[in-house]
Amino acid sequence: MSSIRQADSQQADAPRAESVLSLRGIRKTFGAVAALTDVDLDVAAGQVVAVVGDNGAGKSTLVKILSGVHPPDSGTITFESREVHIPTPAAAHKLGIATVFQDLALCENLNVIQNLFLGQEVRPLRLNDVAMETRSWELLRQLSAKIPSVRVPVASLSGGQRQTVAIARSLLGDPKVIILDEPTAALGVAQTAEVLNLVERLRENGLGVIMISHNMADVKAVADTVAVLRLGRNNGVFDVADVSTEDIIAAITGATDNVVSQRQARSKEGLSS
Amino acid sequence: MLTTDRQDERLQSREGLRGAITDVVERARGGDLGVIPVVVGLIVIWTVLQILNPVFLSSANLVNLTLESAAVGVIALGIVCVLLVGEIDLSVGSVSGLSAAVLAVLFVGQDLPVWLAIAASVVMGAVIGWVYAQLYNRFGVPSFVITLAGLLAFLGLQLYVLGTKGSINLPFDSGLVAFAQLDFVPAWLSYTFAVLAAGGLFLTGYVHARERRRAGLSAKGVPVLALRSAALLVVLLFVVWYLGQTRGVGWMFVFFVALVLIMHYFLSRTKWGRSVYAVGGNVEAARRAGINVKAVYTSVFVLCSTFAAVGGILAAARLAAANQSSGAGDVNLNAIAAAVIGGTSLFGGRGTAFGALLGIIVIQSISSGLTLLNLDSSIRFVVTGVVLLLAVVVDSVARKSRTSHGRA
Repeated sequence: MSSIRQADSQQADAPRAESVLSLRGIRKTFGAVAALTDVDLDVAAGQVVAVVGDNGAGKSTLVKILSGVHPPDSGTITFESREVHIPTPAAAHKLGIATVFQDLALCENLNVIQNLFLGQEVRPLRLNDVAMETRSWELLRQLSAKIPSVRVPVASLSGGQRQTVAIARSLLGDPKVIILDEPTAALGVAQTAEVLNLVERLRENGLGVIMISHNMADVKAVADTVAVLRLGRNNGVFDVADVSTEDIIAAITGATDNVVSQRQARSKEGLSS
Repeated sequence: MLTTDRQDERLQSREGLRGAITDVVERARGGDLGVIPVVVGLIVIWTVLQILNPVFLSSANLVNLTLESAAVGVIALGIVCVLLVGEIDLSVGSVSGLSAAVLAVLFVGQDLPVWLAIAASVVMGAVIGWVYAQLYNRFGVPSFVITLAGLLAFLGLQLYVLGTKGSINLPFDSGLVAFAQLDFVPAWLSYTFAVLAAGGLFLTGYVHARERRRAGLSAKGVPVLALRSAALLVVLLFVVWYLGQTRGVGWMFVFFVALVLIMHYFLSRTKWGRSVYAVGGNVEAARRAGINVKAVYTSVFVLCSTFAAVGGILAAARLAAANQSSGAGDVNLNAIAAAVIGGTSLFGGRGTAFGALLGIIVIQSISSGLTLLNLDSSIRFVVTGVVLLLAVVVDSVARKSRTSHGRA
């Protein structure tokens, strides 16, 4: 644990060069509660970063700061090597940070095309349905989405298909970073696999992906790095390739803070070095 | 060669005429009833009333029916708009009455030119809607309560405006009254309208289909389009011919239909229309999509009250008078009933402008039929109430069926 912290603080001084989005020292308090304290996070293009943590660890607050719902109290956000402020959701969208919230925010009475282009219709005074439908198919094909028809109401789609529509919608503005809040939380086995494929497809397309998740299996399956939040603080950034699920869970629950695990960590270090 | 939107192997391919018909049947089974219940209802109502009184389906009575439906129909059109965002306006009757009173006072009492009196009434309607929207947006009071307060307040204002006399007659030689009572479309022009409507339907369909085919999407074939337009043409020609047996098609009814067509365009073909349906379907989603939700609410409340004011003017012109009972009684309920019977969901996000047209014809048929039978207005109220209840039940049942068929 402590070794990871050290590694973290060394690199935390300057944003990593290849990062498309970097957070440094983000702090946010709600009244007396410090929701986030000195949180750092880096996302590179073509990288999937999973943000994990227990309930109340500050994951949602982090998402809200990035999507412009809440501004941070202090700390810097660097996007494409420029320091930026994200005061509103529209500003986040304009920068190229797209967020897919957990509840997806789709209109069930509208069809897939209408949902995809909601708020950004082509030709406002005489809607260009043909152009919108063509573009919808392009987006969905790009995600290899399995949606039989785009002219059906969203109500008739499965959970995975809805997630696909929500992700496709976030891709409309050609974002650089896409934030997925619990994308697999309410999905079955097959649909989860579908969404994980989607996440990989996003990475292949060169987007930076921040995935909030509770599900270790999903994290291990698609993420490149895992950033753990615990009680509003960074509690380690791991490479998924060389970390076990147990270690991630230990970081999430804080089980490493006891004497036994610290001894174990020391002895492991001694062995490896 | 498959078109872009037909590549999924799970899609059943339905080509040509037969496919189009199968689609309609399937959709109705899934609870996406569209105008089917109201058309069936209309046929039943007309059959029953015709059996009870052979005058009912006579040309003269139907001409009357079209003229009677225009005023409340315009009000219903406004109700459709507020229902689409999942809100309600209960004060349309009072607002229409107030508008009639203001018109009469300005036009007859103050001797202002008629166009100025009309403009004043319409602007007043728009202002009332704007006030409702401010109350709704700023304080979050449910529209049902705001407009219930408006119902009473504007009824009071109407009585105050009319003064002690309580009734003002509009001069018969004014263009306004002639428009509502005497002006009919010449036969040749009515037939031209019918042909233009059918031709327009075919042409827009054809251009749209060609655009889709160019973009590599599936499109309706020419036979389907032609059949659709031909069916419309036959129906319209028959209507024009039958009404033409007596007085013909009134300009006021044409005005109402034109408003319906305009609203249909705005609701289905513009960004504003999309946002109205989106707000009715899921406000939070609409807000996150960057839609200015408050502006949408403002626009529908303003539209609804404005249409109510226009309806009030038409009603006053039809009656050639504004009095204390203008907009009172069943006007409110009829307008709301017409919108709901026409397939506008009370739950928001579902309905069309044409619903107002079909709905008001149902309501007006019942009213006219029962009047012909010399039945008391007590029975008319009961019957209208039952029909409204039936329409709401159909709406709720269809909603359930849509959910279970995944079409909600």
